[in-house]
Formats: sequence, structure tokens, C-alpha cells
Amino acid sequence: MNTIAEIRSKSLLYLEDVSVSFDGFKALNSLSFVVEPGELRAIIGPNGAGKTTMMDIITGKTRPDTGRVLFEDDIDLTKKDEADIAQLGIGRKFQKPTVFESHTVWDNLELALNRPRGVFSTLFYKLSAEDTVRIEEILDTIRLTHRRNELAANLSHGQKQWLEIGMLLAQEPKLLLVDEPVAGMTDAETAETAVLLREIAKSRSVVVVEHDMGFIRELGVKVTCLAEGSVLAEGSIDFVSNDPKVIENYLGR
Amino acid sequence: MISAFIFRALKGHILATVAVILGAAVLVPASNLLLPADHALHIPTYVMSLMGKYLCYALLALALDLVWGYCGILSLGHGAFFALGGYAMGMYLMRQIGSRGVYGNPDLPDFMIFLNWKELPWFWYGFDMFPFAMLMVLFVPGLLAFVFGWFAFRSRVNGVYLSIITQAMTYALMLAFFRNDMGFGGNNGLTDYKEIVGFSVQAGGTRAVLFALSALMLALCLLIASAIVNSKFGKVLVGVRDAESRVRFLGFRVENIKLFTFVVSAMFAGIAGALFVPQVGIINPGEFAPANSIEVVVWTAVGGRGTLIGPIIGAVLVNAGKSYFTGAFPELWLFALGGLFIAVTLFLPKGIVGTIQSGFSGRKAMKAASSAEKGRGDVTPVAQAAE
Amino acid sequence: MTTRHFFRILITLLAFTFSGHSFAQGTDPKPLFDQLADANFNEAEKLVGEIAATGDTRVVPALNAFAEGDLYFRKSDKAVFAAKSAGEQLELIDPVTGTSAGQVAKGAVTKIRVNNNLRRAIRAALGGLTLMSPDRGARLAAADAILRSPSAEALELVEAALAKETDSTVKARMEEARAVSLLSSDRSIDEKRAAIETIAGLGASGLGVLNSVAGSIDASLKPDLDAAITAIQNEQQLWNMAQNVWYGLSLGSVLLLAAIGLAITFGVMGIINMAHGEMVMLGAYSTFVVQQVIRENAPGLFDWSLAIALPVAFLVTGAVGLVIERGVIRFLYGRPLETLLATWGVSLILQQAIRTLFGPTNQEVGNPSWMSGSFPLGGMTITWNRMWIVVFSLSIFVGLLLLMKRSAFGLQMRAVTQNRRMASSMGIRTPWVDAFTFALGSGIAGIAGVALSQIDNVSPNLGQSYIIDSFMVVVFGGVGNLWGTLVGALSLGVLNKFLEPSVGAVLGKILVLVLIILFIQKRPRGLFALKGRAIEA
Repeated sequence: MNTIAEIRSKSLLYLEDVSVSFDGFKALNSLSFVVEPGELRAIIGPNGAGKTTMMDIITGKTRPDTGRVLFEDDIDLTKKDEADIAQLGIGRKFQKPTVFESHTVWDNLELALNRPRGVFSTLFYKLSAEDTVRIEEILDTIRLTHRRNELAANLSHGQKQWLEIGMLLAQEPKLLLVDEPVAGMTDAETAETAVLLREIAKSRSVVVVEHDMGFIRELGVKVTCLAEGSVLAEGSIDFVSNDPKVIENYLGR
Repeated sequence: MISAFIFRALKGHILATVAVILGAAVLVPASNLLLPADHALHIPTYVMSLMGKYLCYALLALALDLVWGYCGILSLGHGAFFALGGYAMGMYLMRQIGSRGVYGNPDLPDFMIFLNWKELPWFWYGFDMFPFAMLMVLFVPGLLAFVFGWFAFRSRVNGVYLSIITQAMTYALMLAFFRNDMGFGGNNGLTDYKEIVGFSVQAGGTRAVLFALSALMLALCLLIASAIVNSKFGKVLVGVRDAESRVRFLGFRVENIKLFTFVVSAMFAGIAGALFVPQVGIINPGEFAPANSIEVVVWTAVGGRGTLIGPIIGAVLVNAGKSYFTGAFPELWLFALGGLFIAVTLFLPKGIVGTIQSGFSGRKAMKAASSAEKGRGDVTPVAQAAE
Repeated sequence: MTTRHFFRILITLLAFTFSGHSFAQGTDPKPLFDQLADANFNEAEKLVGEIAATGDTRVVPALNAFAEGDLYFRKSDKAVFAAKSAGEQLELIDPVTGTSAGQVAKGAVTKIRVNNNLRRAIRAALGGLTLMSPDRGARLAAADAILRSPSAEALELVEAALAKETDSTVKARMEEARAVSLLSSDRSIDEKRAAIETIAGLGASGLGVLNSVAGSIDASLKPDLDAAITAIQNEQQLWNMAQNVWYGLSLGSVLLLAAIGLAITFGVMGIINMAHGEMVMLGAYSTFVVQQVIRENAPGLFDWSLAIALPVAFLVTGAVGLVIERGVIRFLYGRPLETLLATWGVSLILQQAIRTLFGPTNQEVGNPSWMSGSFPLGGMTITWNRMWIVVFSLSIFVGLLLLMKRSAFGLQMRAVTQNRRMASSMGIRTPWVDAFTFALGSGIAGIAGVALSQIDNVSPNLGQSYIIDSFMVVVFGGVGNLWGTLVGALSLGVLNKFLEPSVGAVLGKILVLVLIILFIQKRPRGLFALKGRAIEA
């Protein structure tokens, strides 16, 4: 058994006793949650369980009422805003694919590259050979090389999801939060996305929120089930899906 | 690095526009000064001044387009920056009157003597020096934009809320400048100018130079704007417009991006105001009227926001139309302007230039833009209204 | 109404009440009247006092006539009569009995001259006389008259009356009248000190008395006097504050009227309606037209004109709103900034249309009688039109609240606001709800215009002066919350009126605008903001 301090010092992301409420509604209720470096984790739970709110808190969009949110053991995320947190190395994919529709696929990736993001550095930025190589690599990973010069608006839904994942890769995050990556995808696309995420998780931690149990089974990773703002069960997919509380709250009888 | 920045500005259509503007800067004054008055191509001085006024409006529209068309901030207070630039120039011109005013006081403008003031207020110091006044033309609107934007963007005041408080800003300034004890001439504003850097403001030659300067500044600001929007910064700017939270989660400081753009835009507007004042001969608090700022929005919308040339064309077209209508059918002008607002938003959301451009780049781009339009979403609680 | 005017009515009234009554108090006033024929002003003043001292209330009409310069003596026998003109001749009236003494030519009598000092004495005498009246109201009025113009001469009369008085209210009033009269008499210091205390309780009217004797009063009373003056001034300050709050609430209710329609279209529907001010303007012009029609066809109905204008304005502006929604806005849902531009265009067209139809100048909209005048409330004056506008705007607010919370339409409206797609799949005709919500918002702006036509200039620019303020109210109060609009409007109104006295109206308004701009930085979603995830979408 590890002590709490040990768990914390080894963790990449550490949430302890986090609560937040909106107008009396407790969205998160003393939630505790740990992600280790290099881990791929899936989160399931019914609507309103607090999955998106948890991501909002990690990425600085929402401030918790109480509790601690630590990154790499000693960085207090509750004191930072979205831009700070992104620069620390936490990337986030939204539920609804959010890419820059009036830019080309290439420009989307160029903007996401982890380069100085100040006003003047972007004003005088010039695409280097190194950056070109990096973008081409990512294009290859997300299977969009053939559409590099098209406007993102013209991509299919699944391709937009991939482009967004590609942008997160360009950001070179240590932790990737992915909200429902396969919603609205065909089965083939879903399978490919699972492969993509596993590939990505080789070099960083990834947290995936998903409803699609088949997809989660395909990922084959540790699962956390949230309900009413706190953790209901945690473990392998088989363990969690046989838990009577999970069945009652989420999976249904 | 810098050279890349400048080089990027030189897109084909921008270069063509700059060439047209510079051509006008040479040909219009030449025709006014060199051709005899009865020559078919002679441009009378009043027409030239009118055209100069349009160029100032075009610069103002360009400034607005930078924040609205590219960054998605609909400012309903850009008239305030224009007017502040104008006042800075007006204050210089007032000081140049010297003892030639009605009361003949070498130190105090007439209106201060009228109000029984004994000495020049501190904020008028330095305005007798041209370089200082020109610095203020940039600095005062820039400072206001900086302070306003610093607060507004940091606390993420967005969309219509921002529009409404920018409108409140220019309205408050209008009320303030109407007050006599503000020291800016109250109701009557600043007028009866005599000369600018030693040349009579009435003289044809001065007018020609002012026209040429307006054209030059417009061309210069167009190039700067082009360099900005074609840089990576410009792409981030469009990103802020289309998906602000994505930009934020990519690690960009959206507030700084907006602030920079807002300040640059305010300075452009200030320059436009400063060139406007000597050509029309007066600046008064009416320039702060919220209606003026909204009119700028329609010029930009007509020409095509999110294109650099659009606002210039829009400003010139609408104002030429205004000059024609208010002369020929004064009753009808507001009907025409109101109808224009409605027609453009309903039938020509991308404006003249935007529509032509998407015509060139085919249906695909049009589809892209229209879905980008949808993706922009709503800032009010009625988030699903688009469906 | 001036006090002078009031007096005349009061005295005439009293005279009417007492003619016919006869009080035998010993001395017959008739010879005293006759002595007036030869008296100079000083003597006449004394005589008036003596006439009053008889306590015979029948002399009231004659004294009244004296004050008006209608007292004459007959040249032949120096007998004194009141007179009124009867064609070429004068009809003489006995000053005591009030019976006619026949008509004479104008040349046969001489007018007894009267100056201001004398008039004052007469007024005091009249006041004193009626103090004895058997009519309670008359005694009260007489005491009031002395309170208003105290004099040492009245003191004994008051004291005499006080001794007989049994009614407690009248007695209290007489005590006050005695106190003010006592101050200018030569009574003892102690009595005066007590009098000052009594006067201190009188409020603003006592302040004048105290100030008028401040110069002449005994030095030993100075501290008492100053304390009393301070006490009154403090009280006045309190009333001033109350008056400011009232002015603020009144301004706030105007803001509420102007903003409440906007709270629906902007707050509930998310539509930026820049033509909202023009809806208010159309409402005001509807009132004007209704009044014109009434003036020409049924002038007797004028007091009802506003009641008639309300439904007319509601229907007119509601219909215009419906047309705007169907013709323009429905194509722009979800694009708030473009709605803003299009409705601005609509506002320009409406303004110009009204200008073309009615001309650019202000139109005369009349106040019905029940909207005119004012009434006092403690130390402040409240005008009826402001009063009714406060009442009116609050009733509209309550009505709207009930409509939103209790009616089927309100339920549908809220359903569409919260989840358009779900509402639509539940069978609610969302386009229909949109159109009528917008029409409702416009209609309410129209009836606001009816009210505002009573206090503002009705011109094509009427709407422009309200639009920015209305937006400020809605944004300050918090979008999508009617209560927020109420609190926002009233607090902005009060804030404005409290800033006004110290910094002036314009600077006050500027300060309020700046405060709101700063406030929005702090709470971008207003006073009563909705929180949570849903609104971030």
C-alpha cells in the first residue's frame, strides 16, 4: 500500500477532495482522482456525473470551490488560467470538434505547434524547416496528409476529430484530455481512433471520456466511473462493468 | 524576420489597391492644382476635400475591420478613437491660431476667454508643437483602447456585451465633451482654424497635400494591416474570432491578442480622425455620437468584413451615396441607410468584396465560410437559436 | 398655488360661513369702523386690532373688503361701508351686519387707503377672529394662518382662544401658533425658550420663523435657537434624502419602463433590438394620435385618453414588432451582432418615417387632469405624473412576471428559451413563440411610450435617448432575469439622483456609465447572473 504522499509525488495529475457547485447544484462532490505518467485512462459515467466539469477544472476553465488540483506534484492548477495550463502541457479536446474552420488543415496545425505564443513572436514568426517536418509528421499520424491544404470546414466530422487530436499532438502535451472522441464516428473510424489514441499514449498520459463501451473495451485500459460528482468505481473494464453500483447508476439492468 | 513580416503584406490584391490609392494621391491633387478650372478633368477643391474625407472614413473602417472582421470584436465605439485623434489635431490647430482669434489672446483659444478662463489647462500644454500633437493623435486613442481593453478582455467581456459597453464608452465621452468645463470647447467644439505647420488650412495647396497625406496614410495602414493579418498572429486572430476557447486551450493569451489588435486599431482610427479635422475644418462632440460609430460598422459590412479592401470600398461607396442622397433627396437618406443595414445583413453577410472573393474561389470556400458562420455560435443564453 | 391665493379662498370661505352669525361680545365694532375714516395708517392698524378684539366674527367680510381696498367712507357723514360695484354706482354694505345700505354715486364716497403693513394687520386680525369660530375647520385654518404670518398682536387672541379650546388637534395647532407669535412679542425669556422648543417640532415652516427672529432675539436664547435650527435642518436633510430617493425611484421606474420590453427581447430571446427605443417612440406617437382624435371628436373623453392609448399603443407597436420579427429577425437567430445591425437599420427607417409623417418637431401630448399637480408627503412634494408612472411601471413589471410564470404562453416562452430543440419536439411552435415574444416585448415598449409621452418630449428622437440607458439596465441587472431588470433600473435611477446634486446631471450620468462599464468587467453577466455550464455554450 502506498502512502498518499507517495501517490502524489509519483502522479502526473492529482485531484483531491474537489467540489464545485453551480447555484446549489453540486457538479463535483469531493472528487479524488489520480493519473500517473504515461497512463491511458478511460472515464465513463451518466450525463451530469461531472465528467466535463472535471475537465473544466483541470484546464482552468472553472475554479473549484474546495479541494486541490496538482500537476506534476507541485504545480497548483487552481491558481492558473487556461493559457498557463495549456503551456504547462495539458491539452484538451472538446466534446464538439473545435477546429479553426476558416483555416487550412496545415494552418490549424501550425497554430497549435508548441512555439512562443506571445504577440510579437507570432507577428514575426517564420515557418522553419524543423516545424515543417513536425507538421508533416502529425499530418501523417492523423491521416490527413492528402487534405493538408483544404479548409478545415470541409473535413468530415471524423476528420475534424482527428485534426483536433493532431492539434493537441502539435502542442506536445504531457497530459491529453479527450472528451468523447468517437461520438458520431463510423465503426471503422472508431477502431482507427482507438489505435491512434493508444499510439499517442505511448509517449504521454491520456484521459478519455467516452460513452461508447465497445470503444473503451477496445482501448483495454483502467476505467473510472463517475456518478453525481464523485468516483463510483475504478478498475479494469470487466471489474467496473460488474460493479452493482455502476450497473444501477449507469449501465442499467 | 522583420522582412518576412513586411514581405507577407505584399499580396497581389493589396498591392493593386495600394497602387490605386497612391495613384489617387498623385493624380487628384495634380488635377486640382495643375489643370485649369474649366478643364473637363479638373477636380474642384471642395470635391477633393470631400474625397479626402472619404479616405479618412475608409481608414476608420479599415481600423474597425481589423478588430471586427478578423478578431470578432464588434466595437460600437470606434468613433470615439476617431474623435479623440481629431481632437488632438484640433487642439494643435487651435494653438496655431495664436493671437488671430476674435479676442486676440496669444495664449488662450477664444472659447476659454469666453468662459473667463485665466490660463491654459495643463492638458493643453505641448499641443502648440506639431510633433507632440501627432504623438498624441496615436497615444490618446491608443491609451484609451489599452485601458478599456485591458479591463474588458481580461474579464472576458464578450460579444454583444462588449459591443454595448463600447457604445456606452463613446456615449459617456460624448456627454463629457459636451460639457464646457472639460476644456475642449463644449458644444461648439474646436474650429476656425487658421494654419497647419505654417500653411493656411484654406489654401488649395494645403488641401491637396492633406488629401495626398490621407491617401498615403491609408495605403500605409493597409500595408500594416495586411502584414498583421497575413502573419501567424493574423491566423491566431481569426482563430480567436472563430473558436476563442480553442485558442485559449492551445496556450495563447487571448486577452493580449485582442488588446494588441484593439490598440493598433484605435491608433488607426486616431490617425483617420486627425487627417479628417483639418479637411472639414471642425471637430465637435457630435463625432462621439453612438450613431456615427454604428455607421462605420455598416460601411465595413457593406464592403465585406474580414477582407482588408472591403471596408475601404464600403466606406467610399456608402459615403458617396450619402453625399448624393443628402443633396438630391434629403428625406430619403435615412431610409436608404436603414435599408442598406437590413439588406446587407440579410442578403450580403459577407459584403461586396467577400462575396466576390468567394465567387472566385468557388463553392467550396463559400460552404466553408457559411459553416464557419454557424460555428461562431451565440454568446447569449439562447445557444441553440441557430438551429 | 400661491399662499396669497390660498388665503383669499380661505377668507372668502370663512366669510361665507359666518355671515349671519352674531356674537355679542360687548363692544360694538361699528363705531370702530367709523373711526377708520379719519385714521392714518398707524391708527388704522390699531383700529383693526381693536375691531378684531371685539371677537365679533360678523366683521370678517368687511375686514376682507378692507384688505382688498373695497372699504369706503361716505363723504357726507364719514360713516364707513364696504362697497361693491353695481353698474355705474356703488352698493354700500354695512360693515358689521352685512346688510345693504343703498346705492350711491362713486363720487359720494372715498376709498380708505390700505398699505402692506395694514394688510398684514388685517390678515392677522382675520386669523385671530376666526380662532373663536364655532367651526372646527375654521379655527384650524385660522391657527394655520397665524403660523404662516406670526405677529405679536395675534398672541393675546391666540391665548384667549387657547383657553377656550377643547379639541386636541386644534389646541396643538394653536399652541404652535402661540409659540411663533410669542417669539416676536416681549414675553419673558423662559416663555420664549419653551416657544422655541415647540417651533423646533414644526419642521421647514418653523425654520423661517426662527431665522426671522435670529437677529433680534435675546442673546441668552441664542444657543436654544441655534439648536432648534440645527434640529430642523437635520430633519430637512432627511427629507431631502427621501426626496432624492423618490426622484431616483421615479427615474428608475422610467428606466424600468424603457428597459422591460428589452429585457424580454434581449434577455429572454437573445435578440439585440436596437429599434427598441423606436418602439417606445411609436407608443408615444400613438398617444399623440389618440389624443388628437379625442380632441377633435370627443373632448369630454380627454381624461380617458391615456387609458385608450394604452391598448392602441400596445397593438400598434406589437404589430410593428411582429412585422420586424417575421421580416428580418427570424433570418438572423443565433447571430446577435447581425441582429444588432439589422435592427439599427429598422430604427433609422422608423425614425425617418415618423419624421416624414409628423415632422421633426416635438408634438404636444397633454396631461389628463389626474396626471397634473402634486401633493405633499411629509417634507417633500410628489407630482402626480411621477407617482402614476412609478405605479404604472411596477404594475407592468408584476403583470409581465405573472405572464411569464403563470400563463401557458409564458411557459412556452421559457421552454423555447431554455431548449429550443426540445421545446420544438414537444410540439411547441417555436417560430410562433419567437414572433409573439418579440411582439410582446415591442408592445410593452409601446405602452412604456404612452407613459413616457407624459414626461418627455415626443419627437422622432425620443427613442434614441432611451436605448443606451435601457441596455445598461438590462446588462447591469443580468440578462434573462426580470428581477434583475427591476433592481438594475431602480438602483441606477437612485444612484443617478444621488450623484446629481454633488456633481451635476451630466457628470452624474457619465459616472454612472463608467461605473457600469467597470461593473461589467467585474461581473460580465450582471447583477443576477445565471451560473453554470449551460450558459457557456
